[in-house]
Amino acid sequence: MGPEGAGRLMVKFWHDAVEFLPILLNGVALTIIVTIGSLVLSTILGMVWALMRVSGIGLLAGLSAALINVIRGIPIIVLLFYLYFVMPDLGVTLTALQAAILGLGIAYSAYQAENFRAGIEAIDKGQIEAAQAIGMGWWLTMRRVVLPQAVRIVLPPYGNVMIMMLKDSSQASTITVAELALQGKLIASSTFKNTSVFTMVALMYLTMSIPLILLVRHFEKRAGRP
Amino acid sequence: MIELTGVRKSFGHTAVLKGITASVEKGEVVCIIGPSGSGKSTILRCINGLESYDSGDIRVKGAKVDRDAASIVAIRTQVSMVFQRFNLFPHRTALENVIEGPLFVKQEPRAMALERGRALLAQVGLADKADARPQQLSGGQQQRVAIARALAMQPEAILFDEPTSALDPELVGDVLAVMRKLADDGMTMLVVTHEMGFARDVADRVLFIDGGIIVEQGPAPAMLNQPQHPRTQDFLRRVLHPL
Repeated sequence: MGPEGAGRLMVKFWHDAVEFLPILLNGVALTIIVTIGSLVLSTILGMVWALMRVSGIGLLAGLSAALINVIRGIPIIVLLFYLYFVMPDLGVTLTALQAAILGLGIAYSAYQAENFRAGIEAIDKGQIEAAQAIGMGWWLTMRRVVLPQAVRIVLPPYGNVMIMMLKDSSQASTITVAELALQGKLIASSTFKNTSVFTMVALMYLTMSIPLILLVRHFEKRAGRP
Repeated sequence: MIELTGVRKSFGHTAVLKGITASVEKGEVVCIIGPSGSGKSTILRCINGLESYDSGDIRVKGAKVDRDAASIVAIRTQVSMVFQRFNLFPHRTALENVIEGPLFVKQEPRAMALERGRALLAQVGLADKADARPQQLSGGQQQRVAIARALAMQPEAILFDEPTSALDPELVGDVLAVMRKLADDGMTMLVVTHEMGFARDVADRVLFIDGGIIVEQGPAPAMLNQPQHPRTQDFLRRVLHPL
């Protein structure tokens, strides 16, 4: 392919890009909804598992450890199939979007929990003793002393989880959520313009990832400071 | 005010306290001296329930110390603690460290806690450091903030766990001066220390602990000047004349 051919390809790409952009942007909107929804859910659940794990109450800690291992041991896609295809048999019908957010949120809660636990356990024991010595109970110690310090440790890996979740939101396509990857696949299979469409899809994921990558770098710099 | 009766404590197979019986009266300053690993700090940590004890009895103003009972919170607000490594909260300013307990444990009104917090920082000579973070302060300043934090709970007694051991020598004096002032004001203090000068000048009584038992105790100057037990004599000779 000479320079002329490459030029023609570029022109074709721009032409396709303008044509497909509105449809793909619909996909982007759903991708963002799935990512944010499952991020919020996984953060809340992960926090609950982590606090159970460090509660010092054997039953809660054991339950949390077991839950985390079960969740970690099931592929995300199977979790999604289970929520979307099996739950209706048990009388719980979820929309595809609900199932996607729930599935990804549960799947990632295990990783969030381990990250949060590592942050909590990294706090100097002297901090906890100082809190106890002024009469703080377990929850007050967590809320006022441990968690505010753990946040700095937890944020860089948390940012990485955000990037992974953005990309893994594409798995929602397997249960018919028309997010970016599925929109791309639908356009490509009806127009056969695979190169243009999937290049655009890749660029759009990358565009969404870059702010998150910069955010992680910011977190890492901050965590390094005393 | 603080009473220990036959207190025993083991970590695994190592017996750390082998029957400690002692008491601290209101307004009294008692220093605990002894070689490292002798169980000195463990005694303090048992009194405010940071550690459990295996047998015996510890009472603060008549209330039994049980770290798993709800009553431990009340005991901890009556008996404050100052740590060897300060343990200030690094994410809060000096003033915020001081008012943390009054605000969130005692639920005092904010204005009142702030006013008293500032007064306490002034009392330990750090009025101008209210907004400084711990990492911006020297070790001696951090320890004085920690003393202000302990005082903010308006405790009946303060436990000091080697409060000057982590400090550069030139900073020890400032901390000891604050403690001496507290003693003069009538605060009940139980102090684990290696500062024999402080023990001699400020303490009412000194306990010498070795191997988990109280080997010897008595009024401060007499006991430090004329120790009766050979182990006390040996320890004091090493501490006072290390060369």
